[in-house]
Amino acid sequence: MSLRRGQVAFAAAAIAVALGLPRVLYPVLALDILVWGLFAMSIDLLLGFGGLLSFGHAAYWGVAGYAAGLVARDAGMPFPFAALAGVVASAALAFPLGYLSLRRTGIYFAMVTLAFAQMLFYVANEARPLTGGENGLQGIPRTLGGLALGPSLSFYYAALPLVVVGYLAAYRIVHSPFGHVLVSIRDNEARARALGYDTARYKLVAFVLSAALAGLAGSIEALSQRFVSLDFLHWSTSGQVVLMAVLGGLGTLWGGILGAAVFLLLRDFLSTSDVLRDAPGVVTGLVFIVIVLGLRRGLWPTLRNGAGRLLPRSRRAALEPQVPEPEIR
Amino acid sequence: MDFLAIQLFNGLVNGAFYALLSLGLAVIFGMMRIVNFAHGAFYMLGAFVAYVLLQQAGIGFWPSLVIAPLAIALAGMVLERLLIRRIAGVDPLFGFLLTFGLSLLIQDAMRLRFGLQGQPYATPAELAGAVSLGAVTYPTYRLFVIAFSLAVSLAVWYAIERTRLGMVVRAATERAELTRALGVDVDRWTTPVFGFGLGLAALAGVLAAPMRNVSPLMGSELIILTFAVVVIGGMGSIKGAIAAGFLVGVLSSVGAIFDPAIEGIVAFALMAVLLLVRPSGLFGSLETS
Repeated sequence: MSLRRGQVAFAAAAIAVALGLPRVLYPVLALDILVWGLFAMSIDLLLGFGGLLSFGHAAYWGVAGYAAGLVARDAGMPFPFAALAGVVASAALAFPLGYLSLRRTGIYFAMVTLAFAQMLFYVANEARPLTGGENGLQGIPRTLGGLALGPSLSFYYAALPLVVVGYLAAYRIVHSPFGHVLVSIRDNEARARALGYDTARYKLVAFVLSAALAGLAGSIEALSQRFVSLDFLHWSTSGQVVLMAVLGGLGTLWGGILGAAVFLLLRDFLSTSDVLRDAPGVVTGLVFIVIVLGLRRGLWPTLRNGAGRLLPRSRRAALEPQVPEPEIR
Repeated sequence: MDFLAIQLFNGLVNGAFYALLSLGLAVIFGMMRIVNFAHGAFYMLGAFVAYVLLQQAGIGFWPSLVIAPLAIALAGMVLERLLIRRIAGVDPLFGFLLTFGLSLLIQDAMRLRFGLQGQPYATPAELAGAVSLGAVTYPTYRLFVIAFSLAVSLAVWYAIERTRLGMVVRAATERAELTRALGVDVDRWTTPVFGFGLGLAALAGVLAAPMRNVSPLMGSELIILTFAVVVIGGMGSIKGAIAAGFLVGVLSSVGAIFDPAIEGIVAFALMAVLLLVRPSGLFGSLETS
């Protein structure tokens, strides 16, 4: 029973934080944290649970952003439909690109996904009538019936349910039979295949689901910023979200939000510095290096172990992950 | 027709850079199983070493062509000892992430110091002007780049495929444990090989300086194109790196004749086709994946 009680307490705390966050931080930053957290989760779904490092998820974040922006602006659709259009666009794109990329594994997979994302960057840059090229897609409205969603605080609460749907979808995927097969492929693909699972198909479905989550995040980001720039598709975006996922802790899912929060708060703090504002890579790069050298398991497991020491021994099981985390050496 | 010939040469020039960069990546990957994301950053540093040598010490292009690669190779060897060595035996994905962080750090540190404005670098006097090649005239320096990079590529190929030293490196690449058992000190070679790979990147950077503005961002887009080249050629294959480098360069430039917008996309389209019909790349074997 302690497990269930632990979960209820966790959920209650999460809801309180989600509702109170825009009162503590300014609303745009608060929504940024939740949205990038969802984006990082999409990476974790693929890397932490499937063992596949996509270094080109900016493609799905960006394409969804453009799709959502166009649907909201040129078709005048309410914002949830715009977000849905973004999800559909990124999932549709992920099918062919995922199929091609998954023909290689490991580090090659990372390079191929990166290259395809860069291709989309070029395409978006050339497709000026549609994307606005270097000027970006501007003036994206966000409407829902008669609601005034202009103020960022209003939009935060309007978008919150969509983000939560994304979190719950990721949680459901990971804890479903499908998710368990995915973990078994991560740990030993040959054995999973020998047990009769069509592993290539599982990986493709995981890729498309991950891209759809990244697309949901990208759509909401576009509506939140009211603007989509080529930066959405830039390779540094792909790198940044991988950093958040690894920083939070792979195979933890919720770690993605933690990683996003730490990263974005750090960046927000640095933007007050005259020197580092124009060169955030100095800090981002250092964070990357520190994580790889000394914190490969990420913040979430580290914190969880710390919290575990505070609990009596009989209660510690509540904090154990229910899906085996990847062995990270 | 003249335009086609000129685009063909332009393609060979671009290909020369792809070949040198993917060659360095292939050598490092072969020995250490690390995909060096920071390769583009070291290409950029090579160009900056040449630029600073000229500005601060009046040292010209020819000495720089030797000094910059050596300096970067040395820096790379120090880096390998301090950082890269620590993640030996860890999942290769972390090597990718480590070098990605390194490239961000180097790129933005240079941006703080030099700004984003590209700095011009004069073409060496001996190679100024243009040469008439029958119907077309073409800049002498660019012809030099093609010839020089081809010569370096062939020399590296020869060193690795045909010499005793290359044999040791290849053996260590394919079966590190077995090579150790035969009495070869494999670990002794990783540091110099890493330095050598970065030296090749720096060499490409110095060659690029008179043609392209020297700027902190010059390597970041090139490295991703180079990844596509590497996938096309077959990772770890020396022959593949050289052939795919020139192939991608030429096809991209010829594609630009039909529509300039195509130029940036050819490499990725070619990669997609190859993934479909021959996932191991032109000269790769799936075993090395």
